[in-house]
Amino acid sequence: MFLVVYIGHNTQRMMNEQLNETIEAEVKGLGEQYSQGGIRRLIDVVERRSRQPGASLYMVTDYSGDVIAGNVAKLKGTMPRDPEIPIQIVRYLRNGADAQPQEAAVRVFVLPGGFHILIGRDISEGKRFREVIQSASRITIAVVGVLAILSWLFVGRRVMKRIDAVSETGRLIMEGDLSRRLHVTGSGDEIDRLAENVNAMLERIELLMQGLKDVSDNIAHDLKTPLTRLRNRVEAALREEPSEEGYREALEATIDESDQLIRIFNALLKIARVEAGSPDGGLERIDACEIAAEVAEFYEPVAEDEGVTFTSEICETAPVEGSRELITQALSNLVDNALKYGFPPKAEGEEDGENEKSDLHIALSVACEGKEVVLTVADNGSGIPEADHDRVLRRFVRLEESRTAPGSGLGLSLVHAVARLHRGKLELANNAPGLAVRLILPKVG
Amino acid sequence: MPVMRILIIEDDQEAAAYLIKALKEAGHVADHAGDGETGFAMASTTDYDVLVVDRLLPKRDGLSVIEGLKAEGNSMPILILSALGQVDDRVEGLRAGGDDYLPKPYSFSELLARVEALGRRKRPADADTTFKVGDLELDRLTHFASRAGQPIVLQPREFRLLEYLMKHAGQVVTRTMLLENVWDYHFDPQTNVIDVHISRLRAKIDKGFERPLLHTIRGAGYTIRDDAR
Repeated sequence: MFLVVYIGHNTQRMMNEQLNETIEAEVKGLGEQYSQGGIRRLIDVVERRSRQPGASLYMVTDYSGDVIAGNVAKLKGTMPRDPEIPIQIVRYLRNGADAQPQEAAVRVFVLPGGFHILIGRDISEGKRFREVIQSASRITIAVVGVLAILSWLFVGRRVMKRIDAVSETGRLIMEGDLSRRLHVTGSGDEIDRLAENVNAMLERIELLMQGLKDVSDNIAHDLKTPLTRLRNRVEAALREEPSEEGYREALEATIDESDQLIRIFNALLKIARVEAGSPDGGLERIDACEIAAEVAEFYEPVAEDEGVTFTSEICETAPVEGSRELITQALSNLVDNALKYGFPPKAEGEEDGENEKSDLHIALSVACEGKEVVLTVADNGSGIPEADHDRVLRRFVRLEESRTAPGSGLGLSLVHAVARLHRGKLELANNAPGLAVRLILPKVG
Repeated sequence: MPVMRILIIEDDQEAAAYLIKALKEAGHVADHAGDGETGFAMASTTDYDVLVVDRLLPKRDGLSVIEGLKAEGNSMPILILSALGQVDDRVEGLRAGGDDYLPKPYSFSELLARVEALGRRKRPADADTTFKVGDLELDRLTHFASRAGQPIVLQPREFRLLEYLMKHAGQVVTRTMLLENVWDYHFDPQTNVIDVHISRLRAKIDKGFERPLLHTIRGAGYTIRDDAR
């Protein structure tokens, strides 16, 4: 639209310049004729040129103002006589032919003897041209305007419809159908990208919800056992002959049982928090070697007391971005597991477990492998069958062999959650014999 | 253990009644406030040895009560109770001006040990450079420990363990208190690791001496004290 106006304006300017140049050239040419052959030759030339088609305008008057040559029949108003004014606009009638007066740009100059010569160009054509341009601009503006309104209606409505679809899906999801996803058209535009991100988010939410559901199912199932045990014990104490000692014993056992229940709840809550991505104490730059050395120092006396060989091989430094609290607890869970479940499977009828542990060797190591920090707790105990490696990471899963040992089946689940929180991995491997658990964390710096 | 005057700010009536009864049995005097505003008013006007403040209170939040008291220049030691029990929550509580933090559910022996440890704070034990229990001596500056004049060789962690026990000589310290203050661990190791560390320390300070100083308090924790008076 602006282009049209610009072009119109420029054309106008160019035409005006051209007009001026033409008139100047005529003036110059006639001036030459006059200087060569006097007024007579000038008049001849004017008469001849006047008859040519598309000729300029000419008018020659004598001192009294009578027209003596030219192709202008009549000027509206008096003939301009002032040669100082360069170009002026006059209205005129051509030799009888036109009834309507036309506009012309003219220039006047004076010759000796009172002759006035008027030279000009008709500009009504330029004016018409300007009118054509103007009406073209108006039509263009109108068409562009209509197109803009149409495209706004079309595109805008389409976008609105898609947004409506998004909110409709959102409503269905809120009503409880978490499996629904936003429609992705595949065009890769902004709304598509938004839909893809929202879908990814929904995916994550569904996963978390599923996890939550699993946990509640597990809690319902696995907490019933100790609760039933607790209840039975109290009931039994009430049924027995009343004795202070009996009551005291039962109450102490009840406290122990409920403490164990509280521990399970705490562990579950902690796993849930870690899985929801909230690190206890926040993430900071820490040295995995320092943490491992402390854990080793913490457990060494326990291992020694139980006759277990405990060795640690810890590198100089292994910087990771993480929670000191959680990595410490993860490592301590792994060492604890090795101490509790690392012993070789008991043979039938064998009573004394202590002696078996003397063969147990637990190795804690920290090493940097490329862009990873690998914390390994390995033992040479009975290990975990490969088929169960994934299963034991789940909550409350305890293998048959270890059911008799104390524990809740939550230790490895927490380690797994800690690994995931730190964008790391937890790998179980056969240590042949025994189990090697590798906690792999991304190295920083 | 001297008698302590304790204010319990807790909205759960049953829990508060149980606490007051148990604290009285332990030889202390306990008052109770059922909401944050009453608690704040009582703490501002009466001199208590220890405040036990629940985090979630009607009328005025527990943390706000603590901040208000600290802003008044009140230096009463404060134990925060909370059902939230996350490390971040602990940090928040201590930053607000609490001196110790105990997640719910807690055992009374744990609470009593912590309350008594806090009450002791009013004495200038923190500034002491040497601790003495019986013939056991510990120099905090030179990291030197001796019993009956004979030097005891301690690992750095063993030294801190003994230092903490002696700082609270005569009081019960629980396993959790030791974990938190000596190791700075805030989780519950399932094996009785603390017991093993204590028995090692005991072997170093009590072995070969007629009178043991480091005692196990069944169902509660440990204490270091000289029984002969």
